[in-house]
Amino acid sequence: MSNANIVSKTAVELSHSLSEKELSSQEIAQAYLEQIDRVDPQVHAFLHRDDNDFLAQASASDKRRAEGNILGPLDGIPVAIKDVISVQGQPLTAASKILENYISPYDATVIRKLKAAGAVIGGRLNLDEFAMGSSTENSAYGPTRNPWDFNRVPGGSSGGSSAAVAAREAPLTLGSDTGGSIRQPASLCGVVGVKPTYGMVSRYGLAAFASSLDQIGPFSQTVEDAALLLETISGHDPLDSTSYPTEVPQYSAAIGNSLPPCTLGLPKEFFGEGIDDEVRKAIDQTIEFYRSLGHKIVEVSLPTTDLAVPVYYVIATAEASSNLARYDGIRYTSRSEQSENAINVYAKSRGEGFGEEVKRRCILGAYGLSSGYYDAYYLKAQKTRTLIREDFNRVFEEVDVILTPTAPTPAFKFGEKSNDPISMYLSDIFTISTNLAGLPALSVPCGFTQAGLPIGMQLIGQAFEESNLLSIAHAYDREHLFGCKSPNI
Amino acid sequence: MKFEAVIGLEVHVQLDTKSKMFTRVPCGFGKPPNSLTDPVVLGLPGALPVMNREAIDKSIKVGLLLGCKIAPVCKWDRKNYFYPDMPKNYQITQFDQPICEGGEVEIELPGDSPAVMGEHRMVKLTRIHLEEDVGKLTHYENDSLVDYNRAGSPLLEIVSEPDMYSPEETFSFLTSLRNSLIYAGISSCDMEKGQLRCDANISVRPVGTKTLGTKVELKNLNTISGVKNGVEYEIKRQIKAIEEKEEIVQETRRWNPDQRYTTPMRSKEMAHDYRYFPDPDLMPVKIDQAWVDGIAKQVPEKPFDKQRRYMTELNLPYSITSALCPDFSLCQYFELVASQTNDPKKVGNWVVNDLLRELSNANSEANSISIEESPVTPQHLAELVNLIEQGVISNNVAKELFPEMFSSGKTATTLIKEKGLEVKSDQVEIEKICTRAIENDPDAAQKFKDGKEGAINALKGFVMKETRGQANPKVVDAMLRDLLLK
Repeated sequence: MSNANIVSKTAVELSHSLSEKELSSQEIAQAYLEQIDRVDPQVHAFLHRDDNDFLAQASASDKRRAEGNILGPLDGIPVAIKDVISVQGQPLTAASKILENYISPYDATVIRKLKAAGAVIGGRLNLDEFAMGSSTENSAYGPTRNPWDFNRVPGGSSGGSSAAVAAREAPLTLGSDTGGSIRQPASLCGVVGVKPTYGMVSRYGLAAFASSLDQIGPFSQTVEDAALLLETISGHDPLDSTSYPTEVPQYSAAIGNSLPPCTLGLPKEFFGEGIDDEVRKAIDQTIEFYRSLGHKIVEVSLPTTDLAVPVYYVIATAEASSNLARYDGIRYTSRSEQSENAINVYAKSRGEGFGEEVKRRCILGAYGLSSGYYDAYYLKAQKTRTLIREDFNRVFEEVDVILTPTAPTPAFKFGEKSNDPISMYLSDIFTISTNLAGLPALSVPCGFTQAGLPIGMQLIGQAFEESNLLSIAHAYDREHLFGCKSPNI
Repeated sequence: MKFEAVIGLEVHVQLDTKSKMFTRVPCGFGKPPNSLTDPVVLGLPGALPVMNREAIDKSIKVGLLLGCKIAPVCKWDRKNYFYPDMPKNYQITQFDQPICEGGEVEIELPGDSPAVMGEHRMVKLTRIHLEEDVGKLTHYENDSLVDYNRAGSPLLEIVSEPDMYSPEETFSFLTSLRNSLIYAGISSCDMEKGQLRCDANISVRPVGTKTLGTKVELKNLNTISGVKNGVEYEIKRQIKAIEEKEEIVQETRRWNPDQRYTTPMRSKEMAHDYRYFPDPDLMPVKIDQAWVDGIAKQVPEKPFDKQRRYMTELNLPYSITSALCPDFSLCQYFELVASQTNDPKKVGNWVVNDLLRELSNANSEANSISIEESPVTPQHLAELVNLIEQGVISNNVAKELFPEMFSSGKTATTLIKEKGLEVKSDQVEIEKICTRAIENDPDAAQKFKDGKEGAINALKGFVMKETRGQANPKVVDAMLRDLLLK
């Protein structure tokens, strides 16, 4: 089997080839390494690779298989990791200079689960520094390029994770989503990306941006693959107090069941001005498709929609200002050569180590928490967050899922928004409210523009109803498989 | 003008728990630097806190012990400031929803003499909250080193109202609080190990006025007497300043125990904005009645309640109880002995006088022996007391035996046998000696016959001397009376 053939396969297909002995895990690993060698000089999805470790894991998987001890369907399948999730013995930079020399001494819970499932963990994927951004232009190590058009951004912050799947550098990747950081890059790169319900996947080992919003989630070519990866990393974790004690359904089995007629809600506030015509057309076609399957489409209203972005930028930055305080030049972070005393170490190390956007958000967040401003900003934002959550609860009394575009436009060009923070912030306008409400949501590829840029639709589900959400998404995805279309690179 | 001081204390107590406040790493003292750490303690990227239930249990216990209201819901907040002893550069604490509110500490002021009970009073508490401790910095000429072994240990902050009015009261408050916490197994409260630390808020005002003066926060009060001395100095300094028409500024001052004065640390203007906000990594804690009731069963009798019970029920004198009751282990020892004997007062005397003397002698020789390690076990002492009561040995012999029991660990029975010290109750032999005593001192014999009761003591003394104290005093008494009044 040719390398191009191997790397174009979905994870489920690879798993099948492994069990049919058509391929070994080492052959798969080797094919991906060669693909990365070939395309990553242009894509720049990877910040770090450890090829020996990668191949050793693949070899261990082959040995298990030979002995008849395979650990599950992901045994021997490569999974690349956003560079904010701890893997023991591997670097974790969060795409920041301040963590340039840090090696993580422990595994995140999701990594522990993946290792227990036999997955071959390899590669550290690029992102906006500390997951703050929507284009990966904020990476201290250079941006990732969109595999569909190298002049355009892959989205962000998990741009490395989405681009790696789109460029066939990995069948599966993990990203993190605080305000859209999985769904928006998935949409811009034409792959599937899932943000689980807050509390469904352990955050232990994820370098925190905003603790009350962050969730780890999968990227893949298909909803089926995403279901497989999600069920592997989900579940209650005693090391994360915000992890929810609930059983994890077998999503990969659930999506195979026949889907009863559902009601899909279209929030009118999401279909106003500012949506690209081609995006709107593609979404209209997905709506027609669902109607043709016999599902009910209703218009709904989420009146607090326009409050989501300001609320998000108060809460997320407040939490970030505190979460990022630990990167101080005292212990494991890079210390400024210029520092002379303790206060200096902080100011200079952080001044030199953090990029512009990270500094902007830390300052913004600290301001909102300051004495005299707390009530007007942080407290007000928390109260508004409750209203946003109640809005969704009300809508979910009459619909099963909410359907929206994932992003208002397809991938934009480098530099197009990087000098205008507000316009960059608005590229997450459709994704942010679900994080504030803690709900699960995903982006599924639903077509291309005439210029060949991918378009994604977002489905938002009820809390802990991932099975239902994935089933509805799968009903569309298995008939279209836009994520399986490879860019010509 | 006469001035009075108003003092409030903030007491930090390290809880004696198996593991740290928000992770599984053990708590400990004196281990190699930075050995009691993990990703959570060190604040590594991705590490998350998980609350220690034992710390909540112990905090509830303290709350019940001190009569606080236990909050049905408390939550965790982040206190943000940069300092190298704090790995995350924020401390997880409880800002506006502490685990306990209100409560009081009973204090005793010095009496007229050590044998007389002093006045008792309740000092009001504002609140008690739980937080994580910070690491320890050691400063050298050009470097500072940090040890995170202490970082993340559960720390209870007990805040009093401004409800103390003299250095003596602060001393009594801390002593009483410390005794109660040790009683309840909350903490060893060893100030040298930093398990109990104290800051004081001090202001002065003209006697008779009600409003509080400008307060000064005093830090670095590392011993209970340090608190007393520091507070005493600071009160004098403030009164002198007012008398000299200087303005008291709101500030934090540091007590220098060696030079015995306070110096400014930071002014109000330099105070931090801690940017408190609820910690999004932790859930609020709901404490239901069943949880509280479960802990209530473990709350011990308070030291002063025990003292009152000893005085009324057991009839012990104040001087004995005031030596016993501050020490929970000593009370346990005492009660074990008392339960096996008939005279609590005598037991109290043995414990407070003889046992404590031997313990303190032993401790002066560089090895410290706790009451639990006493070579004279409660069973040994009970046996000794019972032997005296049964007339097997005299009190004098017992007093001589005790140091040897302590040094050898042998029981009284063993030592009596080894030394042939059994009391002589042999009627024939005692009659012979008593007869000799009367012949030897006819004067005393006559006086007794004439009605002078006390004269018999001289005769008894002769018998005891002749028998080297081994004659049974009861038998001797009866025999002498028999012979004299025949």
